[in-house]
Amino acid sequence: MSVSSELLINEGSMRRNRAVRRFGQIGLWLNPVFAYFFLWAPIVILVLFSFNDSRSVASFTGFTLKWYNNILNNVMGAERAFSTEIMLNAFRNSLFVGTVATAIATALGAMIALALARGNFPGKKLIDGLLFLPVVIPEITQAISLAIFFKVAFDWIATISGERIFPGFHTIIMAHVTFNISFVAIVVRARLADMDPQLEEAANDLGANPWRTFWRITFPLVLPGVVSGALLAFTLSLDDFVITFFTSGVGTSTLPVFVYGLLKLTVTPEVNAISTIMMVLSTLLIGISLVLQARSASRV
Amino acid sequence: MKKLMLLITILCLLAPGAIAQDMEHEPWTCPDGYEGQTLSIFNWSTYIAEDTVPNFEEACGVTVNYDIYESNEAMLARIRQGNPGYDIIVPSGGAVQRMAEEMLLIPLDLEMIPNIANVIPDLLGPAYDPENKYSLPYQWGTVGVGYSTEVFPDGIHSWDQVWEHDGPVAWLDDRQTMLGIAHLFLGNDPNTTDPDEINAARDYLIEKGGNVVTVAADDGQVLLERGDVDIAVEYNGDILQISWDCECDDYAYAIPEEGSNVWIDNLSIPVDAPNPELAMVFIDYILDAKVGADLTNYIWYASPNQASIDSGYIDEEILNDPAIFPPPEQVANLFAIIDVGAEAEALINNAWDELLIFLGQ
Repeated sequence: MSVSSELLINEGSMRRNRAVRRFGQIGLWLNPVFAYFFLWAPIVILVLFSFNDSRSVASFTGFTLKWYNNILNNVMGAERAFSTEIMLNAFRNSLFVGTVATAIATALGAMIALALARGNFPGKKLIDGLLFLPVVIPEITQAISLAIFFKVAFDWIATISGERIFPGFHTIIMAHVTFNISFVAIVVRARLADMDPQLEEAANDLGANPWRTFWRITFPLVLPGVVSGALLAFTLSLDDFVITFFTSGVGTSTLPVFVYGLLKLTVTPEVNAISTIMMVLSTLLIGISLVLQARSASRV
Repeated sequence: MKKLMLLITILCLLAPGAIAQDMEHEPWTCPDGYEGQTLSIFNWSTYIAEDTVPNFEEACGVTVNYDIYESNEAMLARIRQGNPGYDIIVPSGGAVQRMAEEMLLIPLDLEMIPNIANVIPDLLGPAYDPENKYSLPYQWGTVGVGYSTEVFPDGIHSWDQVWEHDGPVAWLDDRQTMLGIAHLFLGNDPNTTDPDEINAARDYLIEKGGNVVTVAADDGQVLLERGDVDIAVEYNGDILQISWDCECDDYAYAIPEEGSNVWIDNLSIPVDAPNPELAMVFIDYILDAKVGADLTNYIWYASPNQASIDSGYIDEEILNDPAIFPPPEQVANLFAIIDVGAEAEALINNAWDELLIFLGQ
């Protein structure tokens, strides 16, 4: 009895194991398929409809380049349509805000990361904890608090100096820098943590002053982290809607705010076209940064 | 003698044409003293003709900043937290009333706006702003039913056809409009604040909403276009948009004979506007016969401008479309929505939420 039943049990569990493994194999194979499908399908549709002949997004009627042509004509100034002009304006605003906010946030964020990793000063723990705040608090909370802060500050300035300040690029950029600093700092800190502190000590031993050590040793080594942080910041800045909406002034709508404003009516394929251009641009940027990082990594 | 008579007759026939020629509309001219100034406009998206702003910039020698919003609430949120610097906003009726109560609007100086004489008299002094102290009409339209002409070859004339249709229907997620229609059937004031009447309207709609598949947040036209519904209760402009997009006769718009909601979007000046004088000049410009006609020809909403309508600047096709300019006997049955106050609004919100639950939304 015992031998045969044991065999049976073994065979049963083996069969079960095999079934589980098989299921796992299929699952493992399906996982990336679904992941990429859900990630890319909407983007493919967006790109596809930027070539749609009809203004509607309900059906694809034919291939056309006219939406890109409209944008190009407006850029070249050959034919200025008011509706395209305000969209392009939003696009330019997005790029401008993104670039300036990224530059400031990257510099500040990298400095904070360095101070927290290498320095020792009172309140370090507190700053370390506070750094994560913009990452964890809901965006809407930050947006409203920034909006109220600017209003109070501007009212205060108005009563003191009599000068009325309106929100505009400066408020959007300040707001974007505020949340971007954290992201940059976190990315750069991760890179610093991976770095061997002995390299800096060795530089010191060999007589380099801290300034020289920073530029010759630390900075080149954290550069990939700084670049990734900057790219992350730029992407977040381009994407941001909620905070921008609450801090923007007159004529400073960025592309997401503009597109949101279109919701009342049908979103035109021109918006698809400009989104496609933006996507190609950011893909290019990320590609360049990846190439740069691979090069610097192979050199070390 | 006969020849002379004939000549006179011909001259008489020609005369109106000749007079019309003589009265060729003079282009709007900007008052002096605004060169180099800036005007900031906050308007709904796709709600202005391509050349309206550039022409104004040229006429006055000014620069215009132009931003868009997608709902009254979004615009209100921006102005409430402190006007970021807009001179012109385009709130709809209820929003004008609410903003006036919250002291968010600057009273208009009607003397600076002589073209107020062009406005259709019936549209002046609306319930939400009885003396036009804060607002003048920009464009207006109606809520009605968009339907598939394949399913309804004979058209829709009554809300009963909507209630009784054996097929998918989309309502508009505009509580005061939908309840207002029910109030019409029950013989009550569409803007009633009476709790019993509001509940009665809710029950009426629950009873009639068996065929409702969705209560759409202003995208009923897309559902109709995709064939998901046969009827969509929607704004007239949205239904016209899909007919225009597909260049076909598959969809039509009708205002049922029992009546429906009329909405009016208005030009107003928000509090703390940096340049209210230029804003009033702009309002006067918009109310010019030619400018108003160009607006309507581009965005296909009804013009509140009698002079535009009379001058013949508006395309015949638009002027004769009952979906855009409803015939007078229908206008009489239209109701405007006013701000009913916080107490009634809470009642309406509750009634609407209950209704949505009953309809399985």
